[in-house]
Amino acid sequence: MPDLRLLEAEPSAAERIAIDAVLGPGNGANGRVARDDRTKRHLLLPALRAAQLRVGWVSEGALGYASRRLAVPPAEAYGVASFYALLALDERPADITHYCTDLSCMLKGATVPPGGHASPCLGLCERAPASYRTIAGEQPVEEQIPAAGPPLPQAGDSGLRLLRRIAAGVDPESIDAYIQAGGFESLRRAQELGPDAVLEQVVESRLLGRGGAAFPTGVKWEAVAKQAAQPHYLVCNADESEPGTFKDRVLMEQDPFALVESMAIAALATGSSKGFVYVRAEYPLAHRRVQNAIDLAASRGFLQGFEIELRIGAGAYVCGEETALFQSIEGYRGEPRNKPPFPVEVGLFGKPTAVNNVETLFNVLDVVSDGGEAFAGIGTESSTGTRLFCVSGCVGRPGLYELPFGATLRSLLDLAGSAPPKAVLLGGAAGAFVGPDLLDLPLTYEDTRAAGVTLGSGVVIVYDKDADLVGALLRIAEFFRDESCGQCVPCRVGTVRQEEALKRLAAGRAQAGELQTLAELAQVMRDASICGLGQTAANAVASAIANLGVFAA
Amino acid sequence: MTQATLLAAPKRMVELTVDGQTVRVLDGSTILDACRQLGNEQPTLCYGDTLTPVNVCRVCVVELEGSRTLVPSCSRKAEEGMVVHTDSERVRLSRRLVLELLGSSVDLSTAPAALEYIEQYDADPSRFGPDAATVAQPVKIDNDLYVRDYSKCILCYKCVSACGEDHQNTFAIAVAGRGFDAHISTELDVELPESACVYCGNCIAVCPTGALMSKAEYDKRVAGTWDPAGETVVSTVCPYCGVGCNLELHVQENEIVTVTSPHDHDVTEGNLCIKGRFGYRFVQNRSA
Repeated sequence: MPDLRLLEAEPSAAERIAIDAVLGPGNGANGRVARDDRTKRHLLLPALRAAQLRVGWVSEGALGYASRRLAVPPAEAYGVASFYALLALDERPADITHYCTDLSCMLKGATVPPGGHASPCLGLCERAPASYRTIAGEQPVEEQIPAAGPPLPQAGDSGLRLLRRIAAGVDPESIDAYIQAGGFESLRRAQELGPDAVLEQVVESRLLGRGGAAFPTGVKWEAVAKQAAQPHYLVCNADESEPGTFKDRVLMEQDPFALVESMAIAALATGSSKGFVYVRAEYPLAHRRVQNAIDLAASRGFLQGFEIELRIGAGAYVCGEETALFQSIEGYRGEPRNKPPFPVEVGLFGKPTAVNNVETLFNVLDVVSDGGEAFAGIGTESSTGTRLFCVSGCVGRPGLYELPFGATLRSLLDLAGSAPPKAVLLGGAAGAFVGPDLLDLPLTYEDTRAAGVTLGSGVVIVYDKDADLVGALLRIAEFFRDESCGQCVPCRVGTVRQEEALKRLAAGRAQAGELQTLAELAQVMRDASICGLGQTAANAVASAIANLGVFAA
Repeated sequence: MTQATLLAAPKRMVELTVDGQTVRVLDGSTILDACRQLGNEQPTLCYGDTLTPVNVCRVCVVELEGSRTLVPSCSRKAEEGMVVHTDSERVRLSRRLVLELLGSSVDLSTAPAALEYIEQYDADPSRFGPDAATVAQPVKIDNDLYVRDYSKCILCYKCVSACGEDHQNTFAIAVAGRGFDAHISTELDVELPESACVYCGNCIAVCPTGALMSKAEYDKRVAGTWDPAGETVVSTVCPYCGVGCNLELHVQENEIVTVTSPHDHDVTEGNLCIKGRFGYRFVQNRSA
């Protein structure tokens, strides 16, 4: 890059040490780029995160040093740093608290005290209102507040599958406890079966992805396995950021070895030698426990020929979109790619990649140990297995629930001690509102689809008779406006226009044709946006207007 | 005579249907290429004939049978058997609304293509009301060669592609921020003279909205003496070095006002360096 001009500010000694801890010591003289570093752009985000954890923000010196070390043009490094909401480019105190003001916390009276930062959903909905605190320093602190939520509501239920080790209280930090609870038996079985037979079982299980898109896992894995291009990558999408979703956090915090085991099975089946777990920044306990599980599993020889690397986000909902997630890992702005080509062909670093949600991977353990056919016997014909539901809002027992597909919404709400709801938000901000008329809806992919709604990531937020639905719609509109990556016009400007129209409606200042405008925005965002964020950004609002009669004249 | 030897396998052709018409294109062509082969022009803003498609403006979307969403014709590869509609209700609605979203948030007064599409699709950017958020901001004039008026920026990424990997490899600018706040920026928003910019002006050459404009044009517009209707174009070769870039001198009132290079030129693909783009003032030095 002959024309590369460098930011001239120098990092402080502390910033340099923090960045070097990620990149290794710089071996280029005078801060010049070492030859080895030119292929390490994917370490840009970890380097910036390290600098911020050390001093509280990303200074010009830190940004310049990271970009010099990695041969990233400073303008691009700035573009990356300014993309992520949690990276601060202006100096600020070392001690920062982010207060969730999103849907579930709103229902529990969330407020932002002076000096606090408002935050989108922190994934702590069962203990709302919640916050996330970071204290920069030599020994940085990251904590979730409250530190713990209520115990698993279904503890003691013998029907639990995905949650059974958590319900049994298996120590999430002890590999021996995990092994004692039957851990790594599925991996052993998978190794006996071999990749083809594992694929066969997963296909036979008819397991559908639990991240929100419900794509058949077996089909995805087979597509990756047969690609000639090498290497193949396995990516676990743990960037759980859909407002109201906290299932993957609970799984990672309380049963992290199961994630590692299931990734090892997925790697075997898809022929991947390298895996990444991309976890949102706001889940510090999950980071520690997953890293611990990776380290212990590797040291005990469970990961032969397979390496798992933990990557941590920096505050961007859109990075849960699989191609944006790749961009983020590779050290770019989290802007989704156009599809096709799909990740199974051209994914992370341009190679065939299987991307799976945490809950999806957990299911694989039972698919392998019990066989695909047995797994497919649970639930319904088209929705096999069990499903995790993140229940929050106006309920007596918020928390994570596991039910076989086919249970009704009413039965789930009864379990959770729900008041008679005025409305229920299914699937999160990208999902849809249903009214009390749909309480007998069986919670399956096929039934929700037929009703024009979605299970999405398993979000169930309950609104009772006193809840502020219009306020919720405004918050959802604000959320998408904030989280749009800004790449395509329908989403970048459409989310702004949607919020403006809703504010006018809420204030009783509607323009002529406002609902028609919202309907057109919804259709065009769905039809013409690049990725799922824009395509679903109007769903909840449209459903509230259609199903609940909000803003009805 | 010996038999001619094929040096490369012939490229496969794919056949698709666009608006009821069958068309055969080379494998690897886009839907847009297929449309153009039929003489069926599609609106485009972020598409550049010498740039890698980024498909972000979404005005070129078309309906593809079997696809859940509309698809961008500029980047979606043509496939055998595709059935494409470029003028359905759904397509027209999307294009109209995208133009309304752009027209309501960006100053399109110097964007002839966008203005034409707004008329063509009967778009009404004022529908979002007088308080609709815009990207209005002060013009950036920080050097003698070109100005940046990001009130006119539709964020098509073309300048970033031209400055970076597609052409110049200078990487002086990138997209920064996120969502509606996303914008084209140097590092830390420093002024151009502090940045890596080499003033090749290749970003101006690809800008579809006049957000990037030579200082000469900007000054004449401000003075009210800009006269594109009276413009003539003279072809010549750049006098500076041995590369031999073709130049197109845009002349108004016997004065060179802009220099461009033809996109189909083998050497330049429309690009120039600072000297070819801006070093013409000596021609007009009539004092001697």
